[in-house]
Amino acid sequence: MKLRTLQIGVFALLIVAWYLLTAPGLLPALYFDQDNRAAFFFGEPQKVFWVVYEWFATGDIFIHLAVTLLETALGFSIGALSGLAIGLWLALSPTASAVMDPYIKGFNSMPRVVLAPIFAVWFGLGIWSKVALGVTLVFFVVFFNVYQGVREVSPNLIASARMLGASRRQLLRSIYLPAAMSWVFASLHNAVGLAFVGAVVGEYLGSARGVGYLILQAEGTFDINTVFAGILVLTAFALALDTAVGAVERRLMTWQPRAGETEKV
Amino acid sequence: MSQNGVPALALADITCRFAARDGRGGAYTAVANATLEVGKGEFVSVVGPTGCGKSTLLNVAAGLLEPSSGTVSVFGEPLQAADGVNRRAGYMFQADALMPWRTGIDNVIAGLEFRGVPRAEAIAQGEEWLRRVGLAGFGDRYPHQMSGGMRKRLALAQTLIVSPDILLMDEPFSALDVQTRQLMENELLALWAEDRKSVLFITHDLEEAIALSDRVVVLSAGPGTRPIGDFKVDLPRPRDVSEIRMTPAFATLHREIWAAMKEEVLKAYEAQKVA
Repeated sequence: MKLRTLQIGVFALLIVAWYLLTAPGLLPALYFDQDNRAAFFFGEPQKVFWVVYEWFATGDIFIHLAVTLLETALGFSIGALSGLAIGLWLALSPTASAVMDPYIKGFNSMPRVVLAPIFAVWFGLGIWSKVALGVTLVFFVVFFNVYQGVREVSPNLIASARMLGASRRQLLRSIYLPAAMSWVFASLHNAVGLAFVGAVVGEYLGSARGVGYLILQAEGTFDINTVFAGILVLTAFALALDTAVGAVERRLMTWQPRAGETEKV
Repeated sequence: MSQNGVPALALADITCRFAARDGRGGAYTAVANATLEVGKGEFVSVVGPTGCGKSTLLNVAAGLLEPSSGTVSVFGEPLQAADGVNRRAGYMFQADALMPWRTGIDNVIAGLEFRGVPRAEAIAQGEEWLRRVGLAGFGDRYPHQMSGGMRKRLALAQTLIVSPDILLMDEPFSALDVQTRQLMENELLALWAEDRKSVLFITHDLEEAIALSDRVVVLSAGPGTRPIGDFKVDLPRPRDVSEIRMTPAFATLHREIWAAMKEEVLKAYEAQKVA
């Protein structure tokens, strides 16, 4: 609880510093030659929060937020599931993995954000071009972690399960999947952020709805406060999604030893 | 050596060659022309210097490793790599082979689960086995919450619950402290006495080998390991491993087998020093 207080304290401190440094006429201008320049470039916290409040109070934001969250959720789940499936497949089939190796490496090292305009042509300006971008970003993170996770399963454990009579399918279910799970969750935390990147960058390049679209519109009119409001809302939801992943992780990974864990009597 | 008909496990003329890791240089012959039999209900220990290929031999017997040449027969039937592992054998590993994501009871019943035994029945049997290895009430703990000795008991229950006809053990107690180890050895003997499975027990500890076995096989130093001595241990059963070490008969046997083993141990030591 004390930790939470300190965390909120840091947030408050940042906001206060932001306010002090940007409020026109409050402090002598440090860098800019005019009083209101800082506010123009960096926005003002009270105005940012006001924009956020108005968005939620009037409900204007809901349609945009819903679109962005839907794109993110779809990109995240399709990317993570296909990364898991293909990661398992390639890790367990040495031939396929050897054949696909240069292609996987190539796709991974490609700056995949440049695919966004192509996706816009292929899938149109609706949600699917954004989902596609999110999938290409999420997929590789999860894929490489699953691949690595399966490769690192102790050979002893596999031999033991085989001696106990496990079939190939049972090995997959009882050994490979659970062993890869800790790696998968490590990657999912990254994947949440990347799914948001996919959605927002996609919206930025061409859309009629979404928080990325709102940000783009505001930028067109130099409305920095609205831009920051959009960023704030996106960050809050990314954090919430990450927390959700963490909660699922804690639930599924109860077996993992925690450092310095003692039993309460 | 097999007094009572077909041996439970027969390794005939086994050779295992491994390709050199860097692709050049000669292949490494871990085991050469090794022949070994374990009769029905017989407890056989294999001792040898470190790094001599004891585990290789055991993996061949388990069907986990295909020998370069030679045959493995299980109750008279040849073991073929295409058919997978040795279905009639249970294997207890040197290192931990428990599933860290499963609780004690779920680890114990893994073998039954793989065989499609209904869960309620498997749990009932699992609880019974936990009781037998002295872990009653610990079924809901994860392996990392148990001590080294408890994990070994769990592994023993996991291996025995599917009642394998042959028990392969690869230095199962080598990581334990001396006291726990003697306790585990006595418990193993007590469990073994109940239904006399055939056991192939690998160890580098000669005292452990003599205290547990009906027969002790001595391996030569690697490379090209093969059995060089075969000693019958006719100490009375049931035995208490800590007490039997004090008897004169044990000392005589120990002296006799050590004489055969000593030279090989020194050879292995020299080879390691050079390498």
